[in-house]
Amino acid sequence: MENEFLVDSDKLSEAALKRKHEIENNKSVRIDHMKFLPNMDQLESDIQDKVLENLKDIDWDSYTDADVYRALAAKTPSIEDFKALLSPAAKKHIEKMAARAKIETAKHFGNTVYLFTPLYIANYCDNYCVYCGFNCYNDIKRKKMSFEEIRHEMEVISKSGIEEILILTGESPIYSDVKYIGEACKLARKYFKNVGLEIYPVNVNDYKYLHECGADYVTVFQETYNPDKYETLHLLGNKRIFPYRFQAQERAILGGMRGVAFSALLGLTNFREDALASALHLYFLARKYPHVEYSLSCPRLRPIVNNDKINPLDVHETELCQILCAYRIFLPYVGITVSSREEKHFRDGIAKICATKISAGVSTGIGDHEEKYEAYKEEEEKESKASDFDKKESIKALQQEAVSENEECGDEQFDISDRRSFDQMYDDMAGEGLQPVLNDYIYV
Amino acid sequence: MNKEDKLVLGGREFNSRFILGSGKYNLELIKAAVENAGAEIITLAVRRANTKDSENIMDYVPENVTLLPNTSGARDASEAVRIAHLSRELGGGDFVKVEIMKDSKYLLPDNNETIKATEILAKEGFVVLPYMYPDLYAARELENVGAAAVMPLASPIGSNRGLATKDFIQILIDEIDLPIIVDAGIGKPSEACAAMEMGASAIMCNTAIATAKDIPMMATAFKMAIEAGRSAYLAGLGRVLTRGSESMDPLTGFLRD
Repeated sequence: MENEFLVDSDKLSEAALKRKHEIENNKSVRIDHMKFLPNMDQLESDIQDKVLENLKDIDWDSYTDADVYRALAAKTPSIEDFKALLSPAAKKHIEKMAARAKIETAKHFGNTVYLFTPLYIANYCDNYCVYCGFNCYNDIKRKKMSFEEIRHEMEVISKSGIEEILILTGESPIYSDVKYIGEACKLARKYFKNVGLEIYPVNVNDYKYLHECGADYVTVFQETYNPDKYETLHLLGNKRIFPYRFQAQERAILGGMRGVAFSALLGLTNFREDALASALHLYFLARKYPHVEYSLSCPRLRPIVNNDKINPLDVHETELCQILCAYRIFLPYVGITVSSREEKHFRDGIAKICATKISAGVSTGIGDHEEKYEAYKEEEEKESKASDFDKKESIKALQQEAVSENEECGDEQFDISDRRSFDQMYDDMAGEGLQPVLNDYIYV
Repeated sequence: MNKEDKLVLGGREFNSRFILGSGKYNLELIKAAVENAGAEIITLAVRRANTKDSENIMDYVPENVTLLPNTSGARDASEAVRIAHLSRELGGGDFVKVEIMKDSKYLLPDNNETIKATEILAKEGFVVLPYMYPDLYAARELENVGAAAVMPLASPIGSNRGLATKDFIQILIDEIDLPIIVDAGIGKPSEACAAMEMGASAIMCNTAIATAKDIPMMATAFKMAIEAGRSAYLAGLGRVLTRGSESMDPLTGFLRD
């Protein structure tokens, strides 16, 4: 069963609807997704070829228990070993994989877990990516925060104790241009020790500028590494250009960023292939730029506003855990981030095996942190003794009520699953025997 | 497994993964050693060439064997470059093994000078095989400046002390996209075998054979050891059983599907 992504808003004009259907149904009206547009930097780089070459002709069912054992015993697992760990044969060895992953994590990161929060500053988007809540045809409340609003949100967040912020936008170079994002970075440097970016891919000079403004970590998700599938999901906008997005991390490195992060959006297509490609994208770049810091994320598809049926298909929690353990064993030195797309029990469990970075106090909406953080307080004051599930539902209801009263906010990119506040997360992680870390890199 | 398992250096293919040194023994034995070792590449110290008319080493090297002239005796990059030029003029071909030592006691290679010489010679079209101390940064530089392979030492040259730098050679094998040829210090066939099992692309060896009681027989022993190690590497080593039980509390008990 595939996801049903296409939804028509009744607010679209007849002409707009006609255009939307044409783009969806007629491939010939869509631009060539493998060709750079004129204003896009094009690097001479063989990384994309290397990654795609490794995706050819894989028979996932050909891997056996013996291959998995060999991979688990390898001192330095090879790409073949990594494939074995991602294969169906490895699923039943998940406990052994977790044990090895835990050892590797401890070797490189001790018992630390890094906490941060994302801040969405605008949700305008020029792209039509069929699975995304921000897509340009989706009927949602749009918002671009003013600098005063951004400053205020940052103040609210920093008061909660968080020291690293990840600034996000929808992908609209028109509404949220590089200058606007740069100013947001400068503001962020006043309130936070570290500033990361998850924005549309830009050229080397723009990454350089944003680095000068205070950002030093860049996250770009390729969504899927299968170019044919990619073409069917990203129908309009700059994001349609597969190789420009693929080279984003390399451009960010050339722009002087300290670190870069990668991921596929799991559930769009064959997740084993996408997990393999995400890790190899990182692996080959790390061989070329060994001084850079690297990390992997692992988002699974989530429901969005106006389409609550979207789900991650066959990527269940066990598969996700298998992928993350395989990442850790193959790439023991990289950071692994697990977002609030996942539920509390999963994030608590995976942090003890291989995750090194967890978000807390999350909102994927625009300009609604104050309301949402107030809801935490209200819930705390009630001192509810209810179960985790009831608590979660109760916070969700309080937050929704608060936000819907405020017409000024922009809608969320996707529905989150773990609504814990920063304080709650800090205590929970410490309670699990982990050492929460708020900042481990001072700008000099 | 790749049926055609060839060693590729500078675009040329070799069936043998054993590079033989030519010093320290009588020329009459060279032919036997080359044949028994199955070697297709033999090194030759240009600077130490015999200037007499008689006993020319070239008369003893079988025709199908590729000569690998080395710059042994060079003290810095410019000397190494001059020796390489001389070698090419003398008909030594485009292959050159860069060896630059400033220390006459341990004969350890100078990585900095080696990188400089490699860059110059690679630009001039030589197939450069630099002998080096197994340092990751130096190996990356050698790769960047155009080396055709990297030749880390296992222990001081001529010492027969074996794989003293094993862990660091493993790092080069894991991180560098060039053939890693373990050079210097290998004293026994078992050590050559171990290096090949680790994933080394070839072994270069001289003293261990030159100082054996029976040179041709030791050459045979090395040939077999190197082939065994290569096969083991390609076959994929089995797991090592470790002692102790698994953890009592399952780590993955939290998963809900």
